[in-house]
Amino acid sequence: MEILQLALFGLVLGGIISLGAIGVSLLFGILRFAHFAHGDLMTVGAYAALALVAVGWPLWAAFPVAVLAGILVALAVDALIYRRLRRTAPVILLISSVGVALILRSLIQIIWGADTQVYDQALQFPLRFWGLRLKLNQLYILLGSVGLVMLVHVFLQYTKLGKAMRAMADNPDLAKLSGINTERVILYTWCLGAGLAVAAGIFLGVDTRLQPTMGWHLLLPVFAATILGGIGKPYGAIVGGMVVGLASELSTVVLPPAYKTAVAFAIMVVMLIVKPSGLFGGGKR
Amino acid sequence: MELQGFIDYGVFFITFTGIYAIFALGLNVQWGFTGLFNIGVAAFWAVGSYTTAIVTSAPNEVYLGGFGLPVALGWVAAMVTSGILAFLVGILTLRLREDYLAIASIGIAEIVRLVFKNEEWLTNGVRGIAGVPRPLEGWLGSGDGLFRVYLVLVVGLVVLLYFLLERARRSPWGRVLRAVREDEAAASACGKSIVSFRLQAFVAGSMIMGLGGAVYANFVGFVSPEAFDPMYATFLVWVMLIAGGSGNNGGAILGCFIIWVIWSGTELLINLYMPPELIARGSALRLLLVGVLLEVILLTRPAGLLPEPRTGDR
Repeated sequence: MEILQLALFGLVLGGIISLGAIGVSLLFGILRFAHFAHGDLMTVGAYAALALVAVGWPLWAAFPVAVLAGILVALAVDALIYRRLRRTAPVILLISSVGVALILRSLIQIIWGADTQVYDQALQFPLRFWGLRLKLNQLYILLGSVGLVMLVHVFLQYTKLGKAMRAMADNPDLAKLSGINTERVILYTWCLGAGLAVAAGIFLGVDTRLQPTMGWHLLLPVFAATILGGIGKPYGAIVGGMVVGLASELSTVVLPPAYKTAVAFAIMVVMLIVKPSGLFGGGKR
Repeated sequence: MELQGFIDYGVFFITFTGIYAIFALGLNVQWGFTGLFNIGVAAFWAVGSYTTAIVTSAPNEVYLGGFGLPVALGWVAAMVTSGILAFLVGILTLRLREDYLAIASIGIAEIVRLVFKNEEWLTNGVRGIAGVPRPLEGWLGSGDGLFRVYLVLVVGLVVLLYFLLERARRSPWGRVLRAVREDEAAASACGKSIVSFRLQAFVAGSMIMGLGGAVYANFVGFVSPEAFDPMYATFLVWVMLIAGGSGNNGGAILGCFIIWVIWSGTELLINLYMPPELIARGSALRLLLVGVLLEVILLTRPAGLLPEPRTGDR
């Protein structure tokens, strides 16, 4: 039973990781760099929602506004920095994204301070069913993640833009040759990635607490999920996120909980050795 | 009295610049020469610091050792342990795309931090290791003289490293590293093993960083997991190298000096002029400043203040 309970918590965490990993995977595929500021984008979203909650908005109403704010931040950073560096080596973009991560984090710390905060002070009693416990909040997170992932699926499968996005993430050169407007796709990829990151940030804030470093600490599991699923493969990222989430929680059966993050990393290293193209990679790269 | 305080501050200031210069020179071997993106500087810093702390501090019952050996041995041991760690990480990741090393290196930094924080038998956990001795403490006592001798030692070390690395840069070995960085396929076609040269550069750079960590620990006299906020340490070293000019050893040292002036200067200003309740936010302000500085350098002067010497130059 304890195993099932941990698996349930693992799914909650896995949903949050997946939402981050979809964006990282698409951006990695399209712009060819690991976006190190993605975790801090999550933090920005979580705090944007907090700002509205603090003035009396309910969280569900703050959610879309925070998503919009996160998208605007991502587009502004892209316009100011990333777009100008796109012609240089991808690794320069990577360095600049580390800089952006720290800029975002320190801005949050300047505005909201370094202390932990919560959306809602009230204690929640867990729901009990079939001998398992789950807080109502965690149920919302789980349903929210599944709902968003399904929306992403519809978008990627049935819209022209979504198909273009997958094509570009899979093979940018081929996509360009087939007449895809790459700048437009990049723009919308930022919107999608940032929007999902904000959702992940808010869910993380609901599940635990808000802290300026909350997103940065989730970055490693998100990267692990991305690599596990194969870079540029959003569906792989979802599966990868779930695997990493489950493995992190289940590892507490045998390891001290302090080493949860190390598990995500170990999975990643094994994957890099065995099959660097990811679970769903075609063996190229 | 005023003058004395000024001199003491200067001694500390230059010693710290020197310690950062060791790190920047190590990173320059990896990034500047070879194009290896390592953002786990803090991992090698911590490994170097803890190694020398365990090797040189007095025996005790709580954590491993306290072997009480001379500081020089502690520094050698620090280079060995960080070299071994780098070898293990490198052999796993250097065959792959450069991004993977970057991602793996934050993972390493995180795991090293977790291990040092949680394994009390090894490191005394969050309480850290105090009483890490300074070299020649027996002779010089613990007064100002000790720190001045240390300063000379650190500066000497930086100068020595500078000349060694300049020599390495101009040597055939350095040329191969640049070739690996600029054009893997061409270097490979000339019969050079890409992975082997990357591994050599990665291990060499990490050993230098381990040495830097050891020099830091024996200077400060105390190590704990909280002492290295991984991002502060790593990020500062990166900004120093990029500001000064990656690929240029002199630039790396110049960058350290300038960024350390900004970093500690703003700390001084904030401590003097900001109300105490805002000081916590002040440190975020400094981080913001350095972050913005990095972006400005990348956008306007990507080669740094002293760009890499053109190939073929003496």
